[in-house]
Parts: sequence; structure tokens; C-alpha cells
Amino acid sequence: MAKKVKITINEVAVEIEAGTSILDAARQTGVIIPTLCYHKDLCVAGNCRVCVVEIVGQKRLSAACATPCEEGMDILTNSFKVRNSRKHIIELLLSEHNADCTRCYKNGNCELQKLASDYKIMTQDFIRLVPYKNYTIDQYSPSIIKDDSKCIRCQRCVRTCEELQGVNALTVAYKGDHMKISTFFEKPMNDVICTNCGQCINHCPTGALVERNYIEEVWEAIADKSVHVIVQTAPAVRIGLGEELGFPVGSRVTGKMVAALKRLGFDAVMDTDFSADLTIMEEGTELMVRLKKVLEDHDPTIMLPMATSCSPGWIKYIEHMYPGYLGHLSTCKSPQQMFGALAKTYYAKQRGLDPEKIVSVSIMPCTAKKFESNRPEMHDSGYRDVDYVLTTRELAIMIKQAGIDFMKLEDRPFDSLMGESTGAAVIFGATGGVMEAALRTVYELVTGREIPFENLNITPVRGMEGIKEASVKIESPLEQWAFLDGVELKCAVAHGLINAKTVMDSIAAGTSQYHFIEFMACPGGCLGGGGQPIPTNPEIRRKRAEAIYAEDEGMKLRKSHLNPEILKIYNDFLLKPMGVKSHDLLHTKYTARARF
Amino acid sequence: MGSVYQLKRVDFIFKDEKDWKVILKNSISRPAHELINELISSELKGRGGAGFPTGLKWKLTAEENDLVKYVICNADEGEPGTFKDREILSKVPLKVLTSMAVCGHVIRSNTGYIYLRGEYFFLQKDLNKAISEFEEYCREINFDFSIRIFMGSGAYICGEETALFESMEGKRGEPRNKPPFPSSYGYMGKPTVINNVETLAHTYTIFEYGAKRFYDLGVQYSRGSKLFSVSGDTPKPGIYELELGMSLFDFVEEFGDGDTKAVQVGGASGFLVPRKRFNETTIGFQGKLTGISLPTGGSMMLFNSSRSMYNVLDNYLEFFREESCGQCTPCRVGCQQLLNGIKAVKRGDKNAQYLDKLLRLTETMQNTAKCGLGQSVANSFSAIVENFREEMIY
Amino acid sequence: MYPVSELIKNLADQHGRARHNLLPILQGVVEQERFLSEYSMIEIARELDLPASEVYGTATFYSFLEYKKMGKYVIRICKTITCSMKGKNQIIKTIEDMLKINVGETSPDGNFSLLQTNCLGFCHKAPAMLINYDVYTDLTPERVREILTGYINKKERED
Repeated sequence: MAKKVKITINEVAVEIEAGTSILDAARQTGVIIPTLCYHKDLCVAGNCRVCVVEIVGQKRLSAACATPCEEGMDILTNSFKVRNSRKHIIELLLSEHNADCTRCYKNGNCELQKLASDYKIMTQDFIRLVPYKNYTIDQYSPSIIKDDSKCIRCQRCVRTCEELQGVNALTVAYKGDHMKISTFFEKPMNDVICTNCGQCINHCPTGALVERNYIEEVWEAIADKSVHVIVQTAPAVRIGLGEELGFPVGSRVTGKMVAALKRLGFDAVMDTDFSADLTIMEEGTELMVRLKKVLEDHDPTIMLPMATSCSPGWIKYIEHMYPGYLGHLSTCKSPQQMFGALAKTYYAKQRGLDPEKIVSVSIMPCTAKKFESNRPEMHDSGYRDVDYVLTTRELAIMIKQAGIDFMKLEDRPFDSLMGESTGAAVIFGATGGVMEAALRTVYELVTGREIPFENLNITPVRGMEGIKEASVKIESPLEQWAFLDGVELKCAVAHGLINAKTVMDSIAAGTSQYHFIEFMACPGGCLGGGGQPIPTNPEIRRKRAEAIYAEDEGMKLRKSHLNPEILKIYNDFLLKPMGVKSHDLLHTKYTARARF
Repeated sequence: MGSVYQLKRVDFIFKDEKDWKVILKNSISRPAHELINELISSELKGRGGAGFPTGLKWKLTAEENDLVKYVICNADEGEPGTFKDREILSKVPLKVLTSMAVCGHVIRSNTGYIYLRGEYFFLQKDLNKAISEFEEYCREINFDFSIRIFMGSGAYICGEETALFESMEGKRGEPRNKPPFPSSYGYMGKPTVINNVETLAHTYTIFEYGAKRFYDLGVQYSRGSKLFSVSGDTPKPGIYELELGMSLFDFVEEFGDGDTKAVQVGGASGFLVPRKRFNETTIGFQGKLTGISLPTGGSMMLFNSSRSMYNVLDNYLEFFREESCGQCTPCRVGCQQLLNGIKAVKRGDKNAQYLDKLLRLTETMQNTAKCGLGQSVANSFSAIVENFREEMIY
Repeated sequence: MYPVSELIKNLADQHGRARHNLLPILQGVVEQERFLSEYSMIEIARELDLPASEVYGTATFYSFLEYKKMGKYVIRICKTITCSMKGKNQIIKTIEDMLKINVGETSPDGNFSLLQTNCLGFCHKAPAMLINYDVYTDLTPERVREILTGYINKKERED
């Protein structure tokens, strides 16, 4: 058992594990200390100083987040001195902050605003420093807008970009009054190695980093009666959206979400889960083909392990960081882009619509999807495959704007043709989900038998461990796959780009034994995506994951290859996985980019 | 007039260093605890300004069990008005090197660094020559200790010990959270003794003459002598070694130009003493002495009545605004507010009472800033604003 | 290979390629080139396998690691208290008149850049300045003119 120390917090004696920070100790005992630079996902910085507390006997105050409890400490979190200092610090932050709250995208969900409100900072005694600085807003990225005038220099974004993602697109530059959060040579985010993952947005306490929103564009499309607006919703949206609309964390609101989208005026509400199932068909087949080419044909041009390609943040990451390893990527487009390409071809044809008159919108837990839909190669339908990408947060804003009482909505089902899905598609939203879905299908296609995991739950690939491994031994496969007999199919799952880096380094070093690896840019997978409700933290991710797996268990069908609409599209349109049509519409290529 | 204590010049630091080989050899043949006790009984306190007992610093680091430890000489002399460390390194470098090596012996470290501020680039060549000579002798006597110079690049804050470590690790020189302290977690996360140049020169004196000789100088709580960098409105600017504990009155008698209005003790981050307080102020570390005792890294800047204290404060604040590392709110924003604030009061854009708001702000900075820089801005600010308030206002 | 790439490679060979070797390498480039270009920083990042942004963030922290193009001779006038009291503004004025540049600028011929800097540690000999790494103290307008004339002549001799 860890050593305990006796301390008092606000005159209440408690026993705390030695080494616990004062902040954690206080939280354990029901005392709330305000914070700004602190985030559960990140290392302790101790730079905002909002969490200062008084340790009786010490002249100066201490940052609760950065000070470990020591035996006998007598801590006051709300003394006169503490309150005054804290108020001063909030005032200082406000003086440096472009506090134009009513015109701020984060109005209502800003940690600084909340502190200002809690401490009732009603006056503006200090001199406003914003006019002294030459701020420009970086809005060149299709995903992220960076407004330094709203930055409070807490460095959460910098730590996120470094510690969670290993990208380091953002850094702290200069010192003193010039100190700021910057990219390399202050280039626009769009011109540096930013992966658009949006984790910085999700970790930003203020409006300094926000998504580029397309809400008005979508309203405009909906209002335009001459166009047909279809919308797809990603798996992780349905378990996150509720948080923005009054539901507790981990609520599944699929039916209400569909109902709300219909109320908003979308002409067809369909599901990215459909194209997730389709992804499994294509990617699973691709994996089997690759295994065959490597294991049986010994084709040296084919690379293993095969890496998943659903996560556009991951794609941009590997394009920048490991441009020599793009051959490992599955050529499958992400489910969003598969859906987009089909919307203006298959769907248009089936419904007798002019593809030019279709506006394709997607709701994603992701900001990188905005960039992805903007990629020049994503025009395989002959048009831009996905016109607008909205985050979970943007959808919530639209629902609020429309005056929809989300809580009271009756559940509605997705529209048909590309609205049917399986549990395998739902779990795409959690780390390990793509792997699990692929294994459920691949194993069965190869052996003719269901994968031997209880209730289809492939638990080794679940959970929040940064890198997970699983292996499945293939025994007595169908004749066509005889070469796989006895093969131990080795898989890995990495989420959070810092973990992707570890796995990629092992591939680069030639020490990787895997056949198939799932990579997701964001910690926890899409459920922890950069477009998901703020805050997101380890506990919230865990609850969202529980919701995802519950959604899977509740589905009638839980294997992608059994999705009737998938069977129909192969029958009517695509003909077969990895076929000519698939190749044209559902597969893509990648671009090597500069690392520096 | 004048206090009991008179100004006493002494000459230890710049006394020749010709015996360094003997002192090194003798010292490293003594057990570590003996050397630590010698230092502790001398009551030598750090000469960089903070005044931490040197013997205790060595002791704490010696008690750590790591195999790798470091000895670092802090030569990032950046405090405005301080220039004594440069003089030590150019005149008696071998004293400093010897003390570093002895420290290495005490704490079981074979690696020393001198963090030399970028502004002193020109010292590098001669210092390297001294290091070569020194290391050669170490090899001769089979003593394993190497010393490297690490150059700074123009950042005042790197004089703060943890910022200095960060800088040496190739990062931005941003002070760390403390605890942990350098004695357990210093450069590269290893136990580290970091001493100011002058402190190391004094340890040499102690190893040469014994603790008593040092202890007998100075006064209670402030033992020994200290180098003073004297500048400003004085007929004899320069570097002087004086016993600690002198009264500021005596100091001004000696160094003033007859019209001294105020003395800045300890540089911009130190304390400003107006004429009316010269008599009750002594120079030394805080103790139970009567009157005010001011610690200093040795910077003594004199201002005569031709100087505007508003301009002096303006200059300090501009310095701090630029040299703050910028990471913590009270220091980064506080310095900007103080500077803009006094300008606004001077222009009449803010009323005189705004100065009181700024004084309260400096209290918050003192209480909440992450490191000594932000904490100490209050010192000169409050002294100037309180004592020369009329000069601050239009 | 660009000469600066060569230089960076040599510096990395000399100092090592770990993070803690970054400052000496940055300093080595500045010593030679007078500043760190975007290209230099990228090359350093590549050589040390560091994110380019980290190199930039670190370099911009240090006043002597210039990231804008500098002249052959970088003049840094101390602006801290004693030098300020002892007439550093006259020194600056003298230099500005002589070189026809303002503080923060580089002469059109690329020979001189004029900057201000914080305390140089020569308060007892104020005002003081650095020209590259050489210190000049007890400055007066006359003395500064002499010193600069020396540099101008030296430059002409070299050309």
C-alpha cells in the first residue's frame, strides 16, 4: 500500500496518498479548486496560477496542481489571500484576452468565461492589452481557426499536440510579453505538419482554437429547394451529441439524432455506419488479398502490415512523418468519403436525382474530416464527394438554433438505401472497433465459421490502452484460403498519434510482426475525436466507449457482411469488393508530404 | 551619525590563485562529510542573491544515491548592475574550477559545467585555457573530473537555476515547478549542485584558510565577505570586496557622490532604498538584526537627485516585461500591466489611485508567480512607488 | 549541398545530435551566419530529428539567436538602467546618423545591424555595447564614431 500523509484542507483533516497533488487531494475531499492550464490528459504545467492555494506557514501561495501533499500540510483553498490573488490572476488573464464574448464561437463553453462569471469580475481596471498586440486570425485551414487574441497561453494545445499526438505542429515561441503559441515560423496551420485532428480545439479552454464551422453554408443548402441535401452521421456522433444537449455523458441518442436531422430539414438522413460496413467489406478483402500476395505469391511489392485508413488525422500524419511507408496504408477511403462518392453516384441513380443537385453533408466527431473532404482527390463521383463536414458540436448548435427540444424527440430510423448498419459499424467509433469489425468478417469469410470470441466481443482490442495487440489463429480455412491454414493473424491497435508513432517506428525498424494494424489519430478513437463535445477526458472517453459497445450489443446484426443494404449494393452496383467500381469510387491514393 | 558597523574592505576573492593545486589535492583527500561540515560551519550562503546555505546544498546532493550527478557553476550573471562574476572568471578562474572539482568529490560527480551567459562570449577562450590546464592537473593526480562551458544565448531568466537546466537541455529557459529541487532533480533530472561563481570562489577561500577565517568576517546571519558591483551615480564605479553587514549609510558615505537619493540593492529584482532609510538598512541576509537587512547578489546602483525615479522604474519594468519567460500569468501579464500602468498614470490616463491597484497587483505577483523573477518585481516597484509617489504622477 | 547544411552537419558531428546539443548548434549557426533562417532551422530539425516547431520555439526564446537576417556586424547597445542613465540614447543617435539606419534595421549594404539589448554587465563602464562578440565600454559619441570607422575601414580592406 502506498504511503499516506495526514494533511488538512480547509481545516478538515484527511489522509492522502503521498505524492498526490494538492489539487487531486482537494477533489477527493470534495473541495473544488479552479484550474485553467490543468487537464487530465496532459502533464502538469503549473503556469496559469489560477489554482493557487495557501499552505499555512508559507509566505507564498502554491499552485495546487503542481504541489504534492506533504505530511502535516495545512492547506487553505479559499483564504482571503487566495481569493484575492485568484481574482487578480483572472483579471490579468482577461486583460490579455480578447473578451468579446458575445461574438465568440466558444461563448457559453469557455473556461475563462466561467471563471470570470464565478468570480464576478465586473470591472475592467487593468489596461486592455489586446490592442497593443498585432493579432491576426489564422483561418486558412479548412479545419481549424487559430485566434491568438483569445489565447491565454495555458499551453494545453501545445502539450496536446506534443504529448497526445507527437505532432508538435504547435509550440511556444518568444518570451516575455511576446510569448505566444505558434507554429513553425508562424506559418498558417494549413502550411505546417498539423494533422487537423482537432485535439488542440478539444483541449483549448477558450476560443483561441476552434473548428472552422460550416453551419451557415448548410443552413443555406437546406433552404435551397432546388437541391437535395443528404446527411450522414458517423458512429461516434450518436454517443456524444447528447452531452451537448442536456443528456449525461455516455447517452445513446441515435434515434433522437435522426429525428432532429429530419426536423432540421435534411432531405435524407443516412448513416456513415452503412459505409463503415462497406469499408469492412473492402478493407477486409484487401487484407485477404494482401495476405495471399505476400504469404502465397511472395510478391515483394506488397507491404504488410496493412494499416487502416479511416482516420484522416492519421492519414495526414503518416503522409508527413512516414512518407516512405504509405504503401502500408489500405487504399480504402474512409467511410465518410465512401459514402460521399456513393451519394452522388449510386444513391443519385437509385433515387433518380441529378448528382449536381445533391448537397452531401456529413456529421463527424472529427475536424480532420473537413480537410479530408477538401482533398483534391475526393471527387470520384465527378463532383465534390462530400460538400460540408460538420462536427458533433456544430450539429448541436444547429439543433439549438432550430429550437428543437432534443430531449422530447421521438426516435426515428435512418432512411433506406444507405442507412442500414450493423454493430460492427457502430464500434468504428471506439479505438479497436475497426479491427474488431474486420476480424468478425474476415475470420468468417476465410473459415466459414464465426470468430471464436464469446458473443463476438473481441475484448483484447477494446479499452483505453494506447497500443493493444490481438492474434487469431486461423485453422481449417475454406479451400480458397488454404494458404492461411495455421497462420496466426497478428493485429495491433494504436490510438492517439503518439502511440501510432511507437508502432510506426517499430515498422520502420523492421521489428513489427503484425499483419494488420488499426490506427486512429485521436485518443480513444473517434469517440474522443477533435470534433466531439468539450470537455473530453479519460473518464468521458470511457463512458462514451461503454455506450458504443452497448449500442453494438443492441444491434440485430453485428457483422458487416450481413448488412442487407451492403448485399444489395454489391448486387446492384459495385458487383464485388475490390472490383472495378470499387476501385473507382471507394479507393484512393496518398500524398507524400514534407516532415519539416 | 553612522552605525556601529563600519565599511571593511577585504581581499580574498582576487587574491592570487597560485596555490590551487595544493588546495585541490588537500581537499579531495579529505572525506566528504568533513568538507561539508567545514562549509556549514562557515555559514556561507549563496552569493547569487537567494542566499541558500551552500554547505546544506552540497550535503543534500551528496545524500542522493544516483550514480550520475552534476556540478554546475552559474555564470549567467544577468541581473542589472552585476558584473562581479565576469571579473572572477577572468581573474581567478582556477579558484572556481577547483571548488567545482571539490564539490564533485563531495557529491560524487565527475562532470561539471559552467553556464556562461552569451554576453560573456569573449571570456570563453581564456576560460577554456584555464579548464585545459585544470583538467590536465586532475589527470596528473588521477582525479576524474571534467568541466565544460555551456554558453547561454541572451536570456536573463536562465540565471534561475531550473530555467538554466532547461536551457542546458536544449529547451526554452522556462523555470520548473518546485519541488522537486535541484539537489534531487536537476540537470537531466539528476541530482545537481548549482552554485554561483562567487559562491564557488568563497568556498575556495574556506578550503584555503578554514571556515573560521571566513566566519569571523561579517555579522550574525551574514558571514564572510561579498563582492559588490558598484555603479550608477558614483565617482568610483567598480568591484569591491566588503564584509557583509555594513550599513547602507556607510556604503553611501564611501561610494556616493554626495547627492545620493536612493540606492538599488540587488539589481532590478532587488530593493530600492531611499535616502531616509540609509541609516536603518544593513546589507546582508535576513536575520533577527535590528532594522532592515537586504540580501543582494552584489549589485549596488546609486542614483543622485538628478535622476527621475519614474524613468528608473520604467526601465526596470521594460526589462522584466521582456525577460519574463512568459509562461506564468502573474509574471507575463503582471509585468505588462505594471509598465503600461505607470505610463498611463504618468500620462494622466489613469488617476493616482491606480498606483494602489498596481501595488496590490505586485503583492499577487509576489505570492503567486512561479519563480523568483515574477516574485521579485514587487520589490523595486513598491519601494519606488511608495517612496517617490509624486514622481510617478503627472 | 548548401554551405549552411554542411555547417549544420559539422556542428552536429561536433556537439552531438541529442536535444541537449541544440543550443550549441543554434549558436554555431548564428556565429557563422549571424542569424537562423527558416532553411537553417529545418536543417537543424532534420539533423537532430526534432520537430521544426521546437527548434523555432527554442530559438525565439533567446535574444541572441536572431531569426531575421542580420548584417555582418551586429551592434547591440545596452539599454538597461545604468547605460540608459549614462547616455545610451546619444550613442544610438550617433550610430543611427552614421549608418543611416534605425534601431532594429540592417544597413542596405548588409554590413551593420543595430539592436538594443538588456544588461551586458558593464554597468561600471556604461554605456556599453557589443559588436558581434566584442565589448566596447565607456562609450561617447566620439568614441563610437571612431570604433565604427574602424569597422567600416576593416570591411573595406576585406572587400
